[in-house]
Amino acid sequence: MATESNNPPLLDVRNLRVEFPTRRGTLVAVDDVSFDIAPGEVLGVVGESGAGKSLTGNAIIGLLEPPGRIAGGEIHLEGRRIDNLPYEEMRKIRGARIGAIFQDPLTSLNPLYSVGRQLVETIRTHLPLSAGEARTRALDLLKEVGIPGAESRLDHYPHQFSGGMRQRVVIALALCAGPRLIVADEPTTALDVSIQAQIIALLKRLCREHGTAVMLVTHDMGVIAETADRVAVMYAGRIAEIGPVRDVVKHARHPYTKGLMGSIPNLGVRTERLTQIDGAMPRLTEIPAGCAFNPRCAERGSRCLVERPDLMPAGADKAACWLHDRGGVGRPLAKETIDA
Amino acid sequence: MLAFILRRLLQSIAVLLTVGLVAFSLFRYVGDPINAMVGQDTSMEDREALREKLGLNDPAPIQFFHFIVNAAQGKFGLSYRTSEPVGRLIAERIPATLELSFCAAVFALFVGVPMGVYTGLYPRHWSSRLFQAVSLIGISLPTFLIGILLILVFAVWLRLLPSFGRGDTVMIGWWSTGFLTWSGLKALILPSITLGMFQLTLLMRLVRSEMLEVMRADYIKFARARGLTNRAINFGHALKNTLVPVITVTGLQLGALIAFAIVTETVFAWPGVGQLFIQSVQFSDVPVMAAYLLLIGLLFVLINLAVDLLYFVVDPRLRSQGGSARVAGH
Amino acid sequence: MAARSGFSGWLHRASDSDVWWSFKSSPMTVTAAVATVLIVAIAFLSPVLAPHTPFDPATLNLIDGLKPPAMLSSDGDWTFPLGTDDQGRDVLSSIMYGTRLSLAVGFASVVVAMVLGIGLGLVSGYFGGTIDAVIMRIADVQLTFPAILVALLIDGIVRSTISVQRHDEIALFVIVGAIGLSFWVQYARTVRGSVMVEKNKEYVQAARVIGLSPLLIMVRHVLPNVTGPVLVIATINLGLAIITEATLSFLGVGLPPTEPSLGTLIRLGNEVLQSGDWWITVFPGATLAALVLAVNLLGDWLRDALNPKLR
Repeated sequence: MATESNNPPLLDVRNLRVEFPTRRGTLVAVDDVSFDIAPGEVLGVVGESGAGKSLTGNAIIGLLEPPGRIAGGEIHLEGRRIDNLPYEEMRKIRGARIGAIFQDPLTSLNPLYSVGRQLVETIRTHLPLSAGEARTRALDLLKEVGIPGAESRLDHYPHQFSGGMRQRVVIALALCAGPRLIVADEPTTALDVSIQAQIIALLKRLCREHGTAVMLVTHDMGVIAETADRVAVMYAGRIAEIGPVRDVVKHARHPYTKGLMGSIPNLGVRTERLTQIDGAMPRLTEIPAGCAFNPRCAERGSRCLVERPDLMPAGADKAACWLHDRGGVGRPLAKETIDA
Repeated sequence: MLAFILRRLLQSIAVLLTVGLVAFSLFRYVGDPINAMVGQDTSMEDREALREKLGLNDPAPIQFFHFIVNAAQGKFGLSYRTSEPVGRLIAERIPATLELSFCAAVFALFVGVPMGVYTGLYPRHWSSRLFQAVSLIGISLPTFLIGILLILVFAVWLRLLPSFGRGDTVMIGWWSTGFLTWSGLKALILPSITLGMFQLTLLMRLVRSEMLEVMRADYIKFARARGLTNRAINFGHALKNTLVPVITVTGLQLGALIAFAIVTETVFAWPGVGQLFIQSVQFSDVPVMAAYLLLIGLLFVLINLAVDLLYFVVDPRLRSQGGSARVAGH
Repeated sequence: MAARSGFSGWLHRASDSDVWWSFKSSPMTVTAAVATVLIVAIAFLSPVLAPHTPFDPATLNLIDGLKPPAMLSSDGDWTFPLGTDDQGRDVLSSIMYGTRLSLAVGFASVVVAMVLGIGLGLVSGYFGGTIDAVIMRIADVQLTFPAILVALLIDGIVRSTISVQRHDEIALFVIVGAIGLSFWVQYARTVRGSVMVEKNKEYVQAARVIGLSPLLIMVRHVLPNVTGPVLVIATINLGLAIITEATLSFLGVGLPPTEPSLGTLIRLGNEVLQSGDWWITVFPGATLAALVLAVNLLGDWLRDALNPKLR
């Protein structure tokens, strides 16, 4: 796919910063995050929970939960700045230009309304259709997401669907006004493993057919490897590495990504042991100076303790690591002993 | 669904029988019914004859059976205090209580729910904080004190509204109504506010906390992500999801209204069953107490049945599952 | 972190806790706490602080009757700052003594309800089966009837079985019992729920195996678990109990006029309200409202502070 095309990006996120004021001081949950997504492209965003990936997604759709707020940076969609729009303007973009899919299909649907009603309601909010036309479109969408017996299912309530079928309904809801971008936040995490592949395949097929770009937020590297064109790895609120998915998987440049890849079982390779990264991601209150990953890093040097690396070219990727800077990491240091 | 209603109906009958048993025990074993009915100089033989005639020597289960059969026909014997049939005493006074409770419920619902929605949607707005503070005061003021203060201000100082009684009433069959005369309507205002105030604050606080809870739900966030208008989200999605607990509490509180009418009726000298009950407690008028208890039990059961049926209208999950449980049970 | 032992350790932990933080940061709660402490202190010191002993007939003088509050009217007499009632009793002193009685009845009935509820909840949860079913059905039926009705009924039954004179003598106990009996359900449900959770835990099974009384073990584990919820229920119930007592006394089925609580004072004042002598009713009413409001504020805060989900 066109990863580095000359087309203007569909979504352009520049130096995004998300803060949470708390009684013990302000937490910076997303710090200086920049990336873009081309039309029709699937960008995987991967990281541990608390790395800031879901918050980045929420910031893009303009639904950060208070007291969280965008404290800096810009978000552009189709060339238009959207991070500072009034609520009503942003509402018109949500659903129409940006769709969203959340983690748990069991709780994403209002239990008291039939799925047909929820579809029709969304369609008519964004498109100038009559009730009858909207219902026809809703029916087509249900068929498209592969719900058997769609005609009769239209008037069923969410609790009458299985988890996988509900997530299909959620996808239909996200797609129903023809958005250019879908922010999918852990769309398969709450589902059975056997269903997960189906849903991912469905999402991928639909987006290709509709030319819709996807920002796929997940902690599952396997899903990313199968689905994404490019991948961004987040750690402690920042992007550690970003690049085409093949390069990141095969030739990870950031020690954190290397560790992450090492923890995926690889059926092709026999003797290799699964590696794991010692320690845990720091809490937002305790992010160390310098590179946030330094206490867990096997390749760190004296420079990593004091200077924070920005994204820099590293092979085909970009990585935020001094290993790829001409100046290097400085005097090598042993890994911090972790008394966990 | 039919099975569910049938089960509820059976439960209701069980509750009624329990209440009936309490009422019967009261009626039969608290104080001596014979003493209350005859004079001091009645001989032992006459007393014994009366005892036999009234069936007081029958085995207790048979007496209970007779009690229930009589109660079902509205026969509760004679009041110790006025020697009138208890059934008639209650029938005369029930319209006053029901009209008062109805007005109070309407007041509480139509003021309390909108206030709750508003404070739930804009919890940080200054007027929400004001409503919250006022509601806390409303919950802390005992009903009778609210009544007295209203009387002091509107009846004693401003002389705008009457402080006691129902005003002029019109008889429609056996039902006396205060809805059809100007003075009857005016007389309803202060007692209705007094009686409804507690329920109003309760409803407001309930709707508020339910709204706050629902607004955090995933489907609300998803509805926002779908770009629905605030109007559709707040009233279409959020408010409807708060309805089940609101219906539950409104149902329970309707019963409580009728019971709290005791206090309001005392403050405003309102000629309803509550006032009758208080007089019967003060005079140990056991037949009236027993009958009142059964009446309240019956009203509670009817209200609960109505509430159960309303759940089916509101919540589709109950319609298909056969309704194993109330969604937001207590 | 090494835990400091004893009182200083407790003090340190308490002052560092979220509960204390939320207390300090809510001026309303602090005000309510101060008000509660103040009212309780004044009430219990009323024999020392009150300017008059209002219910000693020897000290009353009908000439002092119906004096308006001195601070609001030039007709008043500064020995009676809040005026007098028709018998010449000092309203301020009546309120102080009345508050003491209202508080005593409130506390006592909460204790009765708490002991009864915790006991029945433990029994119900531990034994289960028929005992549990019976207790919980009684709770269900009772819960459909408002507490005030239950209390009225209990009072009515007691009245029909004993003489009027005897009733006046034991009125205090009757009313404490009646209110206590009408508030036990919530405690029982909370404790029962906690017992049901603990019952199936391994340590209880283990205790049984090594021959310890599992009931005893559970009491030791369950009670600390329910301290928070029980405290919240108790605080909220204290407000309710005070209101219930006042209401019963207002209805004339509570405490007799010889021993007036705030509710009785309001009833006595209400009888002369039509003539415009408002102070006899309004001052005890305001005291009652302030007391209950302060207690409710504390209860609300406690509930929110101990239940982080609601924050």
